[in-house]
Amino acid sequence: MAWNLDADRPIYLQLMEKIRTDIISGVYQPGDKVPTVRELAAEASVNPNTMQKALTELERIGLLYSQRTSGRFVTEDEEMMKDTRESIAMEQIQSFLKGMKQLGFEKEEILDMIRDMKED
Amino acid sequence: MEYLLESNHLCKKFGSLMALQDINLRITRGKIIGLLGPNGSGKSTLIKIINGLMTPSSGELTVNGRTPGVETKKIVSYLPERTYLNEWMKVYELLDYFEDFYEDFRRERAEQMLSNLRISIDDKLKNMSKGTKEKVQLILVMSRDADLYVLDEPIGGVDPAARDYILKTIIGNYNENATVLLSTHLISDIENILDEVIFLQYGQIRFHRSVDEIRSQEGKSIDQLFREVYRC
Repeated sequence: MAWNLDADRPIYLQLMEKIRTDIISGVYQPGDKVPTVRELAAEASVNPNTMQKALTELERIGLLYSQRTSGRFVTEDEEMMKDTRESIAMEQIQSFLKGMKQLGFEKEEILDMIRDMKED
Repeated sequence: MEYLLESNHLCKKFGSLMALQDINLRITRGKIIGLLGPNGSGKSTLIKIINGLMTPSSGELTVNGRTPGVETKKIVSYLPERTYLNEWMKVYELLDYFEDFYEDFRRERAEQMLSNLRISIDDKLKNMSKGTKEKVQLILVMSRDADLYVLDEPIGGVDPAARDYILKTIIGNYNENATVLLSTHLISDIENILDEVIFLQYGQIRFHRSVDEIRSQEGKSIDQLFREVYRC
């Protein structure tokens, strides 16, 4: 099944986000070898060069590292994982807040609503 | 730097009609490139010139530094819009035929893909559905170790599931030394696999840009951009 990609943003960014989420949610465990560029490109139905770019970027920010002959692996740096998880959380909160502000809610009201919300 | 495909001031006239006008192309290796444009924009004419089926009226086009001819046909794998294969042939006869014709044909690769799709090599082309015929042709074309693959409307006549398979076949079979040039109207189906797009209009290049650059600069997909550029 091809990955779901938005039409209006660069593809490599969306591939990065998807793989990053897969790492944080444990689809790929720390130290796991990630599939090859070609395999991932086929899975996502995207151009291999674009997938290559996404993986290179993930390497550059430290979530993946490559070993010259044996492939690419998920980082085992726990600090790095924690930071990434927090930065994804911040992105989610910011986009949520933006949506709520458009509806005309202030921060205090939003916090009250969250507190009052029943857990399901 | 030597380009895989290059053209300089390429023109093609049919009587008073300018089918191609001052086409200057530079295409490198390792790319998947969409050749896009409405009907009559010159896509097929350009593809025919690349494959030596037509000659330019003026200007030049070279593949790996050579004018299209016997030598370039060895390194260009071409999927025409219409079939040229004999309807009475069985799949294994087509494999023999390709093996005879092209040194770079990898029979095992073709057989593997055929078996993945459960197409028997004893089947006759004549008895196949339109979609299956298109798959067989694409498999033959993608089973060559070519430098340039030129695919004219490779996904036109097949259902969405087969389309996915065909795209995966294209992604899986080309290598970083090869380039795939494909023409299509079905942009939204293929735009995620493209590195670059060439928009043709009235026989001229409207632009030739990278897909990620278009998305980040224009904030829109190739499909959306196409609809704007060619609005009727």
